[in-house]
Amino acid sequence: MPARGLRGSAKAQDRGLLIGQMDSAMELHILYFARLREALGLARETVSVPVAVTNLGQLRAWLIARGDPWAEAFARVYPVRIALDQVVGRDDTPLRAGAEVAFFPPVTGG
Amino acid sequence: MPDPQDFPPAAPAADPAADPVAVPATGAAPGATPGPAPDPAKSVLDIRVQQADFDPGVEIEALRGRSTGAVVSFVGIARDFSEAFPVATITLEHYPGMTERSLQAIARQALDRWNLLGLRIIHRFGDLGPGDRIVLVATASAHRDAAFDACRFVIDYLKTEAPFWKRESGSQGARWVDAKESDDTARARWL
Repeated sequence: MPARGLRGSAKAQDRGLLIGQMDSAMELHILYFARLREALGLARETVSVPVAVTNLGQLRAWLIARGDPWAEAFARVYPVRIALDQVVGRDDTPLRAGAEVAFFPPVTGG
Repeated sequence: MPDPQDFPPAAPAADPAADPVAVPATGAAPGATPGPAPDPAKSVLDIRVQQADFDPGVEIEALRGRSTGAVVSFVGIARDFSEAFPVATITLEHYPGMTERSLQAIARQALDRWNLLGLRIIHRFGDLGPGDRIVLVATASAHRDAAFDACRFVIDYLKTEAPFWKRESGSQGARWVDAKESDDTARARWL
């Protein structure tokens, strides 16, 4: 019981920090598909990116800069397309808070 | 070419004498076009993304109507071979949400470009075996040119834009299928 209480307050502190940083960080929901998902061992994650990350190209660079497995997976899987809120975008497509951003190899359906 | 009057919204085929299969009111019902607000094209358009198989005969028949001069269909089928090895299973992954949205966008372009009386797109996902159906594109129009062209347009765009990915596997290995340059070329013909 006390442990839960402690954890709860820690979470509340985190939340306070996030709220404090609201104008300096942006939360994004990231999805990975196919070969890239497999290379990462990750299908989705939620990230909070610094204010300097304003477009899709910068987001990819920021993800890679976190090191492995992102650096390794993005180096191995190329090219990678990026979709913002389910519409394919370009490196200079601007981000918005709370967006869904998907990274995937060229499509091969049909 | 096709008379604009030859472009009824299909659904109000209220004529009781009309061929019952031609009334897409039923065809548009279950699991049809996902997505937001209903639009006028809905009765003409039927898009499905599903794991289950489909019956091409049923889909093609459903497009037959009193003003329909032509129905053209394309059925994509899973092969038992690839460049690399014999294939036992093709697994189709997709991006739920974006898949439907992207098929809608492609269909809308086809409807803008040709006078279509009907357009059906069905794409499967999950594990498929050799000989299994993967995709159906079927178009109906008053004259054959529009049906042929629109069908080819939709499959060419689908191949390069709809977020599906194929993974082939067999006793000799497994690999993600690489996108083909020829698919980009096929799409570029329509620009």
